[in-house]
Amino acid sequence: MGDELRFHFNIDGDNFTSAGEASVEVKKKLRQLGFPPDVIRRVSIAMYEGEINMVIHARGGDADVLVYPDRIVIILEDHGPGIEDIDLAMQEGYSTAPDSVRALGFGAGMGLPNMKRYTEEMHVESTLGVGTKITMVVNVQ
Amino acid sequence: MTVSEMASALDLTPVSLGDTQREVTGGYTGDLLSWVMGRAQSGDAWVTIMSNANIVAVATLADTAAVILAEGVLLEPEVAELARSKGINVYTSPLSAFVLCGKLAALL
Ligand SMILES: Nc1ncnc2c1ncn2[C@@H]1O[C@H](COP(=O)(O)OP(=O)(O)O)[C@@H](O)[C@H]1O
Ligand SMILES: [Mg+2]
Repeated sequence: MGDELRFHFNIDGDNFTSAGEASVEVKKKLRQLGFPPDVIRRVSIAMYEGEINMVIHARGGDADVLVYPDRIVIILEDHGPGIEDIDLAMQEGYSTAPDSVRALGFGAGMGLPNMKRYTEEMHVESTLGVGTKITMVVNVQ
Repeated sequence: MTVSEMASALDLTPVSLGDTQREVTGGYTGDLLSWVMGRAQSGDAWVTIMSNANIVAVATLADTAAVILAEGVLLEPEVAELARSKGINVYTSPLSAFVLCGKLAALL
C-alpha cells in the first residue's frame, strides 16, 4: 500500500449510454502508463462488465482502480439489491436482465463469467438488500 | 490485410474512420455484447447488426480493428459522432452477416 496509483469513478445508475466511460478512461490511463495491451484489454473489459452490471442491476455504484507495478486491482461497490445465489449468477447464461436491456445487446448472462475469465482473482461479496462488492485482480506478466 | 484494404475488397461504406491502416487479423460476428467481449480477439473485424452507443465502448475495449454493420444498418448521428471521437472504424454493408463473414473468411 501507499505506492499505488488510485482512480475513483462514480457510476451513474440512470445512464445506459454513458456506461463504459469509466472503463474507457481506465484504458486510456493504463495505456499512458505503458502497461501491455493484453493487460489493458483484460482490465478494461472486466471493469466494463462490472460497470454495466451496476447500471442494469444496482442503480449505479462506485468503482476504484488501484494500479501497482505488478498488478491492477478493480473494486466495484454498489448499494443495489444484492445477489441471492452467487454461484448461480456466475454461471454462463444466467441473467435476470429485463427485455429492455436485452434489446441493447446486454443480458446474455456472460458478464460475471467474462470478469472471471479475464482476471486472475475475483471475489464477490453480496448481501441481499444491502449491496454487492466485487474485487478483481489482473496480474501484470 | 489492412482495414482499408478489407473495406475495398468487401465494398464497404464508411460510417466512422479511425486508423484504417491497422491490420485485420481475424473476424467475429455476434450481437450479444458480452459474447463479443468474451470471444472476439484484438484485431478482429466485428460483424454485427447492433447499432446503439454501447457498440462504441465494446469495440474500444475489445480492441477490434473495425466494426462492420450488416444488413444496411446505419448509426444514429450521435453514435457515429461518438465513434469518430473515439477513432473507431465503422462501415456498413447491405449484405447479411452470413455473406459478409463468408467473404471475410475467404480474404483472411
Ligand atoms: N451488481 C449486481 N447487483 C445485483 N445483481 C447482480 C449484480 N451483478 C450481477 N447481478 C446478477 O447476476 C446475474 C448475472 O450477471 P451477468 O453474468 O453479468 O449477466 P447479465 O448482466 O447479462 O444478466 C444478473 O442477471 C443479476 O441477476
Ligand atoms: Mg452483466
